[in-house]
Amino acid sequence: MPAIVAFAALVVLAVAVLLPIGLTSLNGFKALGELQTHPFALPRVWMWSNYWDILMSLRYWQVLGNSLLIAALTVFLTLAVSSMAAFTFAHLRFFGHRFLLSYMMLGLLFPVATAILPLFIKIRDLGLLDSYWGVVLPQVAFSLAMSILLLRVAFKQLPVELLDAAMMDGCGYFRYFFFITLPLSGPVLSTVAIISFVGSWNSYLLPLVVLNSESRYPWTLGLMAYQGQYTTSWQLVLAFITLTILPAILIFLLAQRYIVAGLTAGAVKA
Amino acid sequence: MDRVALASAPAVERVGASSDANYAHAPAVYVQTRRRMSINGWTTLIVFLPPALLLFTVFVALPMVEAGWYSFFNWNGFGRPEKFIGLKNYVYVSGNPAFTRALINNGLIIVASLLVQLPLALGVALLIAGRMTGAVWFRMIFFLPYILADVAAGLIWRFMLDGQIGLPAIVTSLFGLQPFYLLGSTDWAFTAVLIVILWKYFGFHMMLYIAGLQGVEREMLEAAEMDGAKPFQRFWHITLPLLGPMIRLSVFFSVVGALQLFDIIVPLTGGGPFDTTHTMVSFLYYFGITRMRVGFGSAVGVVLFIICVTFAFGYRRLFMRDD
Repeated sequence: MPAIVAFAALVVLAVAVLLPIGLTSLNGFKALGELQTHPFALPRVWMWSNYWDILMSLRYWQVLGNSLLIAALTVFLTLAVSSMAAFTFAHLRFFGHRFLLSYMMLGLLFPVATAILPLFIKIRDLGLLDSYWGVVLPQVAFSLAMSILLLRVAFKQLPVELLDAAMMDGCGYFRYFFFITLPLSGPVLSTVAIISFVGSWNSYLLPLVVLNSESRYPWTLGLMAYQGQYTTSWQLVLAFITLTILPAILIFLLAQRYIVAGLTAGAVKA
Repeated sequence: MDRVALASAPAVERVGASSDANYAHAPAVYVQTRRRMSINGWTTLIVFLPPALLLFTVFVALPMVEAGWYSFFNWNGFGRPEKFIGLKNYVYVSGNPAFTRALINNGLIIVASLLVQLPLALGVALLIAGRMTGAVWFRMIFFLPYILADVAAGLIWRFMLDGQIGLPAIVTSLFGLQPFYLLGSTDWAFTAVLIVILWKYFGFHMMLYIAGLQGVEREMLEAAEMDGAKPFQRFWHITLPLLGPMIRLSVFFSVVGALQLFDIIVPLTGGGPFDTTHTMVSFLYYFGITRMRVGFGSAVGVVLFIICVTFAFGYRRLFMRDD
């Protein structure tokens, strides 16, 4: 009996969680008049054109493309820069290595928002305003602390004997890094990649401050711009929301295990 | 190493002893001798470390130091900061009622997270972690909102809470009342923010607890059950203490997340009505960035920085020492 009660409670909760997403996508199929009179019913007339027009518009693909480009650059740079740094912190003992490591770990203590104004001025002075790099580089910089922390621990856990043997055979650190460390660190590298991809894909504050041209907007900014333009036509806004969150939902459904593990394990270890 | 001692030890013990020795003593011994930096090591260092150091310094460390510096000036961001006004920006910040409200709001988010979100997440985790049919599906559904961008979540809920086409309309139209614009009401708008946070983040905390519950040994619970412990006693005396580290972690994330909340506010309320729903970051954005009051905004940033750092250090020292 209690098992059934528990199950029922979970079902109610699940419906409550899914309801906003479901209503959003359903109401995107309605005409404005019907949305206003019957917001909680299935569409009587399915206005496929709401969705179709967005799918056929340049703007939709442009914002997704921009997000993808920014996220891909962020992930690639984060992996490259942080794995190299983590490698030196894991294997090399040099004067001040402890100090430098704690210096980088300061990044864990505060969010981008705290320094956003001076950051804006820095990006402006570097001539990176309104460019992809103006978003990518700070994102990479702010994810370094977390990534280095995760990677350093994982690199250190690889058997010491491997490094000894490699060094004995005359393999230098460079080759060891590229041919042994990286290939053996698949799981932790993908954890870092997932965290930085999701962070970049969903980021809003930084692109909001850095980017001006709508042609460079990622989807988060594009969504707000679209909403600002069609404030009175909720059905179009809802269709646009549905289509822009669709890629994330699809990928989540396909790679659920890895994404959940990546996002929670990363958090737990750090 | 003491090979003689090992060699004379019985075979079984030798395996254990030698692997122990490897882990416990070997690194300390090896490190000193082998890890003397070779030329190869130095080249590696010079190629591998600077990119990270440079990026971090330019885009993280320097801006934070500059925020401290700029906060003493009245500056619009053009030319050099020259109008030194001492601590006046901090006086303005603390005297601004919208900032005080933002600070209180941040506190309310933390309280709501601790009193509503965490118990809910823990409860759901306990239900799902048992052999519940469809557990995988429930897990997936509850986690789903977490992967959506805050902006999209905020906008979805702006629709859901709309007076004409959202949930309030069900009630008002049922009783033939005037449409109720929850997000435009000073009494209710912030509750809406809390609802959206709960909706979006409880699944993440649930996952933390589910991960934590996997570490709670079934044998221990079964043994307690045999000894006649009631379900609540088993939860209170076994599960909960063993979940301790996860709970502390989950509290940590709630507070850190609450302190930097911004993306949900913009699409949902924009800080309104009458600046009653700002968080510190949205206050920083609307009062500092959009008006290019660099000094003032930096002062807000510094206050936020101090709160974050104090919390992070204090919390670690107090609660996460042994984790």
